[in-house]
Amino acid sequence: MARFVRSISEVLVSATAILCLLLTTMAAAAPRTDLAIGMTIEPAGLDPTIAAPVAIGQVTWQNIFEGLVTIDRDGKIKPQLASSWEISPDGLTYRFSLRSGVTFHDGEAFTASVAKASIDRARAADSVNPQKRFFASVDTVEAEDPQTLVIRLKQPAGSLLYWLAWPSSVIVGEKSAANNKTTPVGTGPFVFVRWAKGDRVELKRNPGYWNREISVKLETVTFRFIGDPQAQSAALVSGDVDAFPEFGAPELMSSFDGDERLMTVVGDTELKVVAGMNNSRKPFDDKRVRQALMMALDRTTIIEGAWSGFGTPIGSHYTPNDRAYVDLTGVYPYDPEKARALLAEAGYPNGFSFTIKAPQMSYAARTAEVMQALLAEVGVTMIIEPTEFPAKWVQDVFTGRDYDMTIVAHAEPMDIDIYSRDPYYFNYRNPAFDTAIRQVEQTPDAAGQDKFYQEAQKILADDVPALFLFVMPKLGVWDKRLKGLWEDEPIPSNVLAEVYWTE
Amino acid sequence: MSGAGPATRGTTGFRLRRHGPLATGLTLILLLAGVALVSLVWTPFPPSKMQIMQKLKPPFEVGLLGTDQYGRDVLSMLMAGAWNSLSIALFAVALGAGIGVVIGLAVAAWRGVLETVTMRGCDVIFAVPPILSAMMLGAFIGPGRWTAIFAIATFMVPVFTRITVGAARQIWTRDFILAARAAGKGPLLISWQHVLPNIVGPIIVQVTIQLGLAILTEAGLSFLGLGLPPPAPSWGRMLAESQTFLRAAPWLAVLPGLAVALSVLGFNLIGDGLRDRLDPRQRGRA
Amino acid sequence: MIILMIRRLVGLLLTLLAVSALIFLVMALLPGDPAAIMLGTSASADTLAALRQQLGLDQPLLLRYLQWLGGVLQGDLGRSHTYGVPVAGLITERLAVTLPLAAMAILLSVLIAVPLGVTAAAKRNGLVDLAATLFAQAGIAVPAFWMGLLLILLFSMQLGWTPAGGFPGWHAGFFAALHALLLPALALALPQASVLTRVTRTAVLDVLDEDFLRAARAKGLSRRAALWRHAVPNAMVPVVTMLGLQFTFLVAGAVLIENVFNLPGLGRLAYQALSQRDIIVMQDVVLFFAALVIVVNFSVDLSYLWLDPRLRSGKAFS
Repeated sequence: MARFVRSISEVLVSATAILCLLLTTMAAAAPRTDLAIGMTIEPAGLDPTIAAPVAIGQVTWQNIFEGLVTIDRDGKIKPQLASSWEISPDGLTYRFSLRSGVTFHDGEAFTASVAKASIDRARAADSVNPQKRFFASVDTVEAEDPQTLVIRLKQPAGSLLYWLAWPSSVIVGEKSAANNKTTPVGTGPFVFVRWAKGDRVELKRNPGYWNREISVKLETVTFRFIGDPQAQSAALVSGDVDAFPEFGAPELMSSFDGDERLMTVVGDTELKVVAGMNNSRKPFDDKRVRQALMMALDRTTIIEGAWSGFGTPIGSHYTPNDRAYVDLTGVYPYDPEKARALLAEAGYPNGFSFTIKAPQMSYAARTAEVMQALLAEVGVTMIIEPTEFPAKWVQDVFTGRDYDMTIVAHAEPMDIDIYSRDPYYFNYRNPAFDTAIRQVEQTPDAAGQDKFYQEAQKILADDVPALFLFVMPKLGVWDKRLKGLWEDEPIPSNVLAEVYWTE
Repeated sequence: MSGAGPATRGTTGFRLRRHGPLATGLTLILLLAGVALVSLVWTPFPPSKMQIMQKLKPPFEVGLLGTDQYGRDVLSMLMAGAWNSLSIALFAVALGAGIGVVIGLAVAAWRGVLETVTMRGCDVIFAVPPILSAMMLGAFIGPGRWTAIFAIATFMVPVFTRITVGAARQIWTRDFILAARAAGKGPLLISWQHVLPNIVGPIIVQVTIQLGLAILTEAGLSFLGLGLPPPAPSWGRMLAESQTFLRAAPWLAVLPGLAVALSVLGFNLIGDGLRDRLDPRQRGRA
Repeated sequence: MIILMIRRLVGLLLTLLAVSALIFLVMALLPGDPAAIMLGTSASADTLAALRQQLGLDQPLLLRYLQWLGGVLQGDLGRSHTYGVPVAGLITERLAVTLPLAAMAILLSVLIAVPLGVTAAAKRNGLVDLAATLFAQAGIAVPAFWMGLLLILLFSMQLGWTPAGGFPGWHAGFFAALHALLLPALALALPQASVLTRVTRTAVLDVLDEDFLRAARAKGLSRRAALWRHAVPNAMVPVVTMLGLQFTFLVAGAVLIENVFNLPGLGRLAYQALSQRDIIVMQDVVLFFAALVIVVNFSVDLSYLWLDPRLRSGKAFS
């Protein structure tokens, strides 16, 4: 009997061993080809050319839609649907050579006339493109022949190529453009399958993808929308979601330490958290007051309190992963004594009181609470008025410019020019700064532009039109076997063409 | 409490059933009110004082009840929260009951078109779930103390209107009203002198019950971010913020909820006890 | 009788009309421009105007109201600004979560409350009665969203039995979906159950005192049989009334609970639509909730007739 039992158990053990071996070899032979990727915010429609929310681009840009040019993971401009281009010496004519053999997911062929129609749609009088301003300097767009597109400008626009790489500038098909909001059709490596509203968007591999240089490994991609950080964490732990490239809760990042399956990746974004001030309103019209407030704030404490220590302090409206970055955090470092003295010099020896309109997003609400405590130490009373974002914030602060101070993360890359826009909510006027920005656009070569970008950063750091706080980190959490996801984020996106499983 | 039949009258069990709830309720509410008042002059730490380096410490390690994600003292926040919760509930119920009773008295006195319009109005308000209207109201005037008070009061008005109408109508059929009418008194004077004093019982009972409900609703509104703005501590917002720290700091999710539950319980117990005394018609009813 | 019912129905429709006007007005006057929300911070004034025209927001208020109302009457709820799809489809998708959630909550609360309430009444002043009384008091005092947090703490975090939130969708399998709804339904059900327990207990106590029950007992029916066959059915009128009244609270609770448990239900849709100023979605959802509440209340009235023969001939709708 005992021998019988033993032989049975031996058989069982060896059977299990064989099974395990089989399973592992099977797994090794065929790595997974599906991916569930988590996002905090659900996009509002799936057409990045008619609405602004970054979530739209994070689902569709480079996955479904492509542009004439693109931005790679280091933030560099690369050819895409245009294989090459020439810029005339006066910077007014851009001649693009387009790729042949590219088709949209519905079979429509990509030609110069489609590209022309796409750009004309974005700059038309009735266009609702959120970045229509990109095309303000465009005079004419011509399809010289099916493979050549010529854009002529009214005045030089040094950033045009960069702008053409943005999600809002992607090339859409003539037949499909009208329905892209619900059923997007592009030229990219993935085809739209299904959108379960409030829950997920499903994509599958495009078998006829034009770019043979990239071998797309993923067959199916599911974007899952999970707003609550606790639920995000649960979905990652249970394996419902393989990756959360922008995990919503910094305070939960340490809970993944030592996890066998998951890894955390902290990268850079373009999200500049700044507390903008109404520069035309007392007492913020006094440069000394703004400088004093800047010195009253300890950026390290703010980052610790608001975002669990993740994030990079900044001294101007510019991030370390932008080209021509200058570290200006030392211009007005934390110094409550000096801050008090400067406030007294400006005529506020006993401080003053003002209201901050703070959106409800956790980074903004928390930063405001920490700022409130820090400002109290130099005798300044800050009253927090929660302001619903986007609806009420846009109305009160952005459009109405009826506010003292506000706080928001500016998501658009390389948007230092907002301080020269008129109107813009800061109500900031500085001719020297405006000149620097204008010179950027008038300079066609990158090296020449960099000089003016640096000058612009320094002007802002000294003038403090807004309290420059920190760059939000890109807190990625994903399966260790997953490769190819972007660690940094030179533009809000989830580029999946080169993502693959190692096993 | 309900169900104390004649058979048990006089036994110890009866006395406990009869007086226990009221006494417990009174104790809880006096405690709440006491804590709320004390918080105005003293809390162990300033409730909005941040000490980032001491964040998320469990109870007894830092302070009596631990600290939150900014290193603020939870006990101090709960104490200050009691004041905010209680004051908002009191304001809202006073507003709702005041308007509701006046409308109700008027309806019972004049009836006719006024009654039809008022009752339809009540139907309209009751048809929209309170939380949805509160959300819209919040979007309208922005979150804050008055949003919470108005949102809660809006729902109290029809409640008190209906109760007043129901009770007052019965009074209007009584003989002494006929006598007063015969004496030449107008509806305004009759409502004030004869109707109101006779329906004050059920209204007071309802006030206590609605106070509990108001605290519950205020917590819900704050939970959705429609209550008091920071740094004013609020039990509902503490609960909302605790969600992210559920694993690391469960006490942040447990304590404010307990505070809400005990306060509501206190008001409900008082309401039940008072109902047995002041509103004999309703004795034994839920 | 019939005339009374028709009058009441007309009254209900008028109420609904008033709700529609109110909600339309509120949404129209709400601060925040839907076009500005869609187009972000870089859009110029003419781009915003173009979008407003596309969305039909440049038309006069009254015209917009009549267009919306006319559409709703013909079964066309309009198109969501943010999603770009018909609202009817959106609401149906979300109902697939919210209705099962509410149904489960009602079922659970009845399953807890009726046996507890009846037993408490039958053995008055006993141990069960004491427990029922305590449960009734505690349950009403506990906010449903806090109950949700506590259940997550216990069942998801400590025991790991249930997911902490999220909804896999019905296509993931019936039981997987049910599993995900269990905790939120329980969180909703417990406060409801406490109210129901109390009502059931009182109602059964009232009935137990009545003559026909004494008669039934005198005829030799056992105590148990008399209780369940005669007393309980007769006590159901106030219980059903309470279920109807509680429905509004259930819906309200669902908005909060869907947020706690991250469920893609109707309450979350409303929350999202409000913050995105998706005006038409918000109007439709609120109108839908109002219609639901009104229909439920009307059904409660009707069920009086069905449950209580004494009222069939009488003035059920006074």
